[in-house]
Formats: sequence, C-alpha cells, structure tokens
Amino acid sequence: MPFLPVILWSDVLIWLLLLLAVVLGWLSARNPLWRTAWRRVGRSRAGMASATLLLAFAVVGLLDSLHYRPRLVADGGQGASAQPTAYAVEVLSLLDALLTPLRTRNEKTYSEPLATRAHARETIEVRGSDGRLQQTRDHPRLRYGGAHLGADESRRDADVASRVLQALGLALLAWAAVAVAVCGGVARAQGSGWRQAWRRVWRRDGDFAWNAVLAALAALLLLAMPVALLATDYHVFGTDKVGQDVLYQVLKSVRTALVIGLVTTLVMLPLSVLLGVLAGYFRGWVDDLIQYLYTTLSSIPGVLLIAAAVLMMQVLIDTHPQWFATAAERADLRLLALCFILGVTSWTGLCRLLRGETLKLRELEYIQAAQAFGVSSLRIIGRHIVPNLMHIVIIALVMDFSSLVLAEAVLSYVGIGVDPTMISFGTMINNARLELAREPMVWWSLSAAFFFMFSLVLAANLFADAVRDAFDPRLAGSP
Amino acid sequence: MLAYIIRRLLYALPILVGVNLITFALFFVVNTPDDMARMQLGVKRVTPEAIDRWKAERGYDKPLFFNDAASGSAMLSETIFFSKSVRMFVGDFGRAEDGRDIAREIVTRMGPSLAIALPTFIIGLLVSVSLALLLTFFRATYLDFWGVVLCVAMMSISGLFYIIGGQYLISKLWKLVPISGYGGGLDAWKFVILPVLIGVVSGIGSSTRWYRTIFIEEIARDYVRTARAKGLAEAAVLFRHVLRNALIPILTGVVVVIPLLFMGSLLTESFFGIPGLGSYTIDAINAQDFAVVRAMVFIGSLLYIVGLILTDLSYTFVDPRIRFN
Repeated sequence: MPFLPVILWSDVLIWLLLLLAVVLGWLSARNPLWRTAWRRVGRSRAGMASATLLLAFAVVGLLDSLHYRPRLVADGGQGASAQPTAYAVEVLSLLDALLTPLRTRNEKTYSEPLATRAHARETIEVRGSDGRLQQTRDHPRLRYGGAHLGADESRRDADVASRVLQALGLALLAWAAVAVAVCGGVARAQGSGWRQAWRRVWRRDGDFAWNAVLAALAALLLLAMPVALLATDYHVFGTDKVGQDVLYQVLKSVRTALVIGLVTTLVMLPLSVLLGVLAGYFRGWVDDLIQYLYTTLSSIPGVLLIAAAVLMMQVLIDTHPQWFATAAERADLRLLALCFILGVTSWTGLCRLLRGETLKLRELEYIQAAQAFGVSSLRIIGRHIVPNLMHIVIIALVMDFSSLVLAEAVLSYVGIGVDPTMISFGTMINNARLELAREPMVWWSLSAAFFFMFSLVLAANLFADAVRDAFDPRLAGSP
Repeated sequence: MLAYIIRRLLYALPILVGVNLITFALFFVVNTPDDMARMQLGVKRVTPEAIDRWKAERGYDKPLFFNDAASGSAMLSETIFFSKSVRMFVGDFGRAEDGRDIAREIVTRMGPSLAIALPTFIIGLLVSVSLALLLTFFRATYLDFWGVVLCVAMMSISGLFYIIGGQYLISKLWKLVPISGYGGGLDAWKFVILPVLIGVVSGIGSSTRWYRTIFIEEIARDYVRTARAKGLAEAAVLFRHVLRNALIPILTGVVVVIPLLFMGSLLTESFFGIPGLGSYTIDAINAQDFAVVRAMVFIGSLLYIVGLILTDLSYTFVDPRIRFN
C-alpha cells in the first residue's frame, strides 16, 4: 500500500459525531414536532446563509480528519523491493495531500501576501553589468512565491489580475450550475415550470431560504475561487516567521476549532443530561448530591479549574512519553484531553437547566398517568422526559459551539490550550501577537486568523440564533 | 436577616470543602509529588536525591492523608493534606516557587487588579444597559435590527483581537497612552485608561444583546400595557417601569461577578503588564507554580460563593415580594 492509514482518536470522534448528526436528522424527520422546528430553521435566511458557510468549514474539517502516513520512497537501487516498507513518521491528512503545494513550499521567513520578494532586506550577491559579483542589501527573491514569472517580476500585477478574472468567471459558472440544479429540484418538487421555480427560489417568504443559501454560496465562491487559483503559485496570505504559508495554517486551524467546539459537547452532554434528569426526577438525596456536585464545580472559576487540570495533564503526558508513537498522536491526545477538561468544567449550566425542566415535567398529568399505570422509572425517563428535553439540549449545543471556539484561542494564548505544535487559531494568534510591533509591520498572519475565526464564530452565532428561535417554545409562536 | 446570612454561610462551608478536595485530588493524587518534582527539575537531570530534596524544601515529603510515624494529633496534621489544603481555610497558602509568601503577594496585587476591573465593570454595565434601552426604544426598526447585527458581530470577535487591535491603534499608531505597564498613585490613570476602554468595548456585544432580550421580554408584560393605556410616554414607560423591573434578572448575572473583580482579568493584565492577580495567575501557570494556582483556585471559589450570597441578598432590595424564610 502506498500509505498506512492512521486513525487518531479525534478522527474517530469527529466521524462518530457526523454519524450522530445523521441519526439526529433521521429522528427529526420522523418526529412531527421537530420536523416543524427544523422547517422553521430552514425558513430563516440568516440561519441558512450561516449554515452554508458552516458546511464549507465542516468539509475542510472532515477532509482534515482522514489521516495516513505516506510510504517512504526507497532510493532507487536494486534490492529496494526486498526492504521492509517504511512509512514516514509524519502523519498527514487528506487535506494535507490536497494542499501539498501550500504545505511544502516554505520560504525562509516572512513574505507579504502575493509577494515575489521577501519582507526583510538581506545581503545578496548580484552579478553586475561588468560581470562581477557585487554585494547589495535588497529584498531577496522568494523561492516559490511567483516563481513561474521568472525574472520578469513586473508582470505580477497583470498575472494576478488575469487569474482573479478567470477565477471570478469560474465561480460564476459554478454558481450558475448550482442555481440551475436548485431550480430544477424545486420545479420537480412543485411540479411547476422553471419560471415559477426561479421566482419561488428568490421569494422572501418561501418554505426554504434557497435565496440565502445561493447568496451565501455566491459570496463563498467569489472569495474562495480567486484564492484557490492564486494559491497555486503565490502565498495568498503571505508566509509567517518560519516561512510557512499562512493560508495553509488557517485551513488547518479549522479542524482544531471544530474538534474543540464539537467533541467537548460529546463529553458534556451525557454528564449533564444524565445527572440533570436524575436529580429532577428522583429528587430527595439524589437531587441534593447532584446539586452539591455542580455547585461545587461551578464555584471554581472556569479558567482556573481548566488551568489546574491542564497543568496536571501536562505533567502526566510529559512523564509518560512512551504512550505515544508519533508527535501527532501526542498532540491529538492533548487536544482530546483539553476537550474532556472543557466538557467536565462546562456541563453544570446545562445540567441546572435540565434539572429545573425535569422538575416541571414530572408534575405534568401525562407523567403522573404513566406512573399510575406502573411504568418503570427508566421507561418514563427514556420515553417521556428525555424527548421533551431535547429542544433545550439542541439549543445549548449550538450556543456553546462559538464560545468554545473563542475559549480555545484564549486558552492557547495563556499556555493551557492545545499542543504548541498543533496549528490552531489560538497558536496562530499567540505566535503573531508581537508581529504588529515589528518595523515594518507584519499584519497578514493576524489578519488571516482574525478573518477566518470571525467568519466561523459569526456563522455559528447566527445559526445558533436561528435554531434557538425555532426550538424555543417561548419564542416559537412569534414570527 | 442575620440568621439567613449565617445559614447561607454555613451552607457555603461544605462547598468550600468540596473545592478543596477537588483541587487536592487534582494536584496530589492524579500526579504524585514525585511527578511534579520530575517536571520541575527537568526530565533529564533527575536523581532520586534531587527529587527528595525538592519535596523536602516544599513540604511534599509527608504522607498524603495519614502519618504512621507521628503520634497523637500529629498523625493527621503532619500530612500533605493538612499542611497544604486544610491550612488554606485560615489564609495560609504557603510559599511560591520564588520563596515569597503567597498570601502577602495576593494582598498587594489586589489593588492594581481592582483599579482595572472595577471601572471596566461599572462603565461596561452603564454603557450596555443604556445601549440596550436605546435598542428597546427603537425596537422593530432598522436601528434595532442593525444594532443587534452589530452586537452579534462584536461578540464573534475574540477578546484577543480587541486587545491587540486596541494596543496597536491607540498606543502605537496614535501614541495617546503607554502601551503597557503600571504606576502607583495618581499617575496610574494613563495606564488604566486603555485596558478599561478595551474591556468595556469587548464586553458590549454580548451584554447589550442579553439586556435587550430581558427588556423585550419585560415589555410584553401586562403592567407595561397598563402604563401605556393610562397615557404614559414611551420613555417614561421604559425608564420608570421596564428598567426597574428588568433589574431583577440583570442582577442575577451581575452581582455574582462583583467579588470576582478582585481576581482581575487574566488576559488584560498579562497583555498590559499590570501587576495584579490575573497576571500573577498566568505567570504561575507558565512557570508551573502549583502552590500559587492552588491558592488562586481556592480564593476564586470563595469569592464566587460570596457573590452567590450577595445575589440573594440583593434580590430583597429590588424585589419586595421576596422575603427570607
């Protein structure tokens, strides 16, 4: 085999989460109440536009969650086949494979976006007109940025402009294809003509906010396509201190953010649902115990508890280097441990909400009727209480995502976040925070991290609002 | 009233004991003092003697819970649990890695933390409540819509960017105030102004939106309709009726953080080089000074519990319907 699949724990959890999402979708489709709630989400224009963007981020994250170790190429000579196949120590992902040019074309140090020359002056040797070598101080030519231009660097602007124009054309074509497909789908579903379908798609109060999806897709394509076309020969967002492409870094950060935002909920959910429902349903000493537990945990300021736990985990990891085969595995386990710690420290709020709601539910007639019929407590909880709490759970899930992504950046800055070797928004900001003070200023790393993080969190916030408006029974009546 | 406060304080005690046990378990059971010593000394030049010396210097060479070698009450008191955890209740936090007394350090560092946190808190509260009232006044107009959009956008920006951007713009580009540092006495104002400004701005988004939701919920109540029906102007309805009634839910979130102001803000203090408790904690985390982190966890939860009691008390002042029982 040309590669050796590597299954990291976080990959397993990510794909498990995708499976859970599919199951949730299937369950929602069967439950009429949820179907209407999701329809309401589908009607929300802000919700659907942000969902489109989130989907794009999710695709990047999922591509980055299939890992392998490439086979080392034996160096030619005879007997190469006899050697046992060796695999690289470096763990790559499918995204890395797609972005090979970005990943491998490293410059020496800083270079500006789309630059052909380095950011800082260096002493370089130039062959003068008389054929002798002269030493001058100038910006050295980049090894890869705009290398296809050769010596003719003045052509860069024209080249960039023509590529952007090409990309915009391509983006429009791709968008038109999607729009036609959507219209065709709507026309078939409605059994109407194309004109009607087109009008239906763009109507403000349709059943599904296709207009928002298409608009968001247009914006996405118009931005992403030029970047993709330029990235083959330029460093679109420049390079950082060690010469690594910034675009590659922000794309890799997406997965870290998604893992932190999603896997944490996997830890948080079982704890808060189980304990909250038990406390609310059984009351008495169970309730006292669980209340004591969550009051104690929530009385420790979050950052400090996380700091204490992460410090202890670091000691554990550093004193047991034999547990990890590769550096990637170590970083991955540290990421998961961070998720675990974040989950253990943040389940208390949701647990309190669920306990209160269960206290209310268990007094309702239908629960009392079930109790009178002698239905077991386990069955009542499973069939009658938990399904009626799911709207709170779903709202809490989507609301927590953005705050977790933001928390990761802060924690990484404080030094208690992800492994320093793992690319994340937090480590990017941490590495770049002193660059604004440089003369001349290095702004691109920070701006790229800001732009990507902002769009991810904003989309998550807008989507969370749409979901909350649709699922919260207090708001559901209002338009 | 007094009996109520005393009862609440007695309830708080088991919680503090719980916090103490959790931190003890985290710091001494999950990792043995041997592991910590190895970490601190560096994995390479570790010898059993060096570990023993490290532990003896810090008093970690005792048994965890029960000392067989001692007799009488010393069987319990000559242990790590007693000397490191139980003694926190009387304000003895031991010494940091640099040999300074932690309790004393905490007292001297409270001042700068408060000088930043208190103005940020008060100004932030005033600004967000006023903005939320403004949005409520213009509800269901374009101003309200775009105001909320702006709030969501502002809360989607990481706090790190506010600090980095603010420092760059105000201190480096416009050179209005020093970029970081702290001075005692009256000179402190020019060091304080930028962190406070940034703290206020970075909090506006989420709190304005939160207060707006509270106001909007309040405005749907019957008494508001009555107030309008008797001919009050919208401004009078908002200020005299809605604002006062909305104070109750606002208090829940606000009073609880007041005692935590003593702890300062980790990010702001470390970015601006302010010698407060927040930067103390960050330095301790980076230097892996376990004693300091343990002390801060304990103090943090103590203050939080004080905040909870204060919240309950403040209810009676704003809502006469609530009485202690």
